[in-house]
Amino acid sequence: MTPSISGRRAAAGLVAFLAMAAIAQPALAHVEPGQAGGFLNGLRHPVSGLDHVVAMVAVGLWGAQLGAPAMWLLPITFPMVMALGGMLGLMGVPLPGVEIGIALSALMLGVMVLAEARPPLAVAAILVGFFAIFHGHAHGTELPPGENGLLYSAGFVTATGLLHAAGIAIGLIHRWRSGRRLLRAAGAAIAMAGAVYLWRAFA
Amino acid sequence: MRRRALRMALWVGVAIALSPSAVEAHLVTTGLGPVYDGISHFILTPADLIPVLALALLAGLRGAPHARASLIILPAAWLAGGLAGLVISHRLSPAWTTASFLVLGGLVAADARLNRPATIALTVALGLLHGMLNGQAMAPPGPGLAGLVGVAGMLFALVALASALVVSLRAPWARVVVRVAGSWIAAIGLLLLGWSLRPGM
Repeated sequence: MTPSISGRRAAAGLVAFLAMAAIAQPALAHVEPGQAGGFLNGLRHPVSGLDHVVAMVAVGLWGAQLGAPAMWLLPITFPMVMALGGMLGLMGVPLPGVEIGIALSALMLGVMVLAEARPPLAVAAILVGFFAIFHGHAHGTELPPGENGLLYSAGFVTATGLLHAAGIAIGLIHRWRSGRRLLRAAGAAIAMAGAVYLWRAFA
Repeated sequence: MRRRALRMALWVGVAIALSPSAVEAHLVTTGLGPVYDGISHFILTPADLIPVLALALLAGLRGAPHARASLIILPAAWLAGGLAGLVISHRLSPAWTTASFLVLGGLVAADARLNRPATIALTVALGLLHGMLNGQAMAPPGPGLAGLVGVAGMLFALVALASALVVSLRAPWARVVVRVAGSWIAAIGLLLLGWSLRPGM
């Protein structure tokens, strides 16, 4: 006798059910809840706002234009000082004009890329570090309660570093003449975005 | 006959699905025994893994003699700290691990020119602090001494692999990548400090 289609379906469903039942695991109550969520939420946070993204990518673009050692020094400076700002935000230390500082960072860094500015290394590091404080503080005050602090911080710092790395990778087109023009155009776009954010901050 | 077999299989499935299992509250066990719980400890505990990697990067940047010293001393110091943690009832705050992130990450980022005694002192401090915290967490009914032996074995492998990788780096940019990793670790430490000082914590 040939089994009917509904019989085949029932048998297939039963096999699937048995397979699921056989691999079912006991619930691990209270075991480190939300750890993956903490890392992924931290990874997501810096890319959740375009104002942060453009500034962080601009740091990488400018570093690539400046070449070594600025190419590496700026992306080391930014996450460390940003974390300092994040620490202040977490501690509840107030910082005036955070949104204006973030908008100005995009504007200024965009202008630096547009102009292919080559200030002394210390000046470039201080400029990047100064603006990183505002980004970090904004993130610090926005960090959600109840997250795993370590994994959230690890995800947060990793995402920031990867944004810089993306900026550096894009900035490598600087070795070609047309690439240099494109980079300057990207700087102009970032500066314009910064001007819009600045307008909104004051509005 | 077929229907009977289906019904039988259904009952077996329901029985498996509903069969009670022990709930493993507050413990992450491999089910393979305490030594393997210790070996897998670093996969499940980034608070210990990241500072160990930072020390391995630091020792690797300073060269093979520093890496060899850390390779031997860190598991020994960790085991000694763990044994102390098993017997000492006073509980250390896990917030102390933030210092490991800040100090070791900062030194890697700065490519600090430490001499060998300084590297050894940092290795001993890291091993005793984290080992003691592990010992307190693993005290019976946890994995106990056998778990600590697993941790020490895994430490040896981790430090050997990470520091050997860094020692072998010759290209200047590759060493800069290691320093960038150190800056990320220090940045995580700063954020952790902020979390621990957060109002209401």
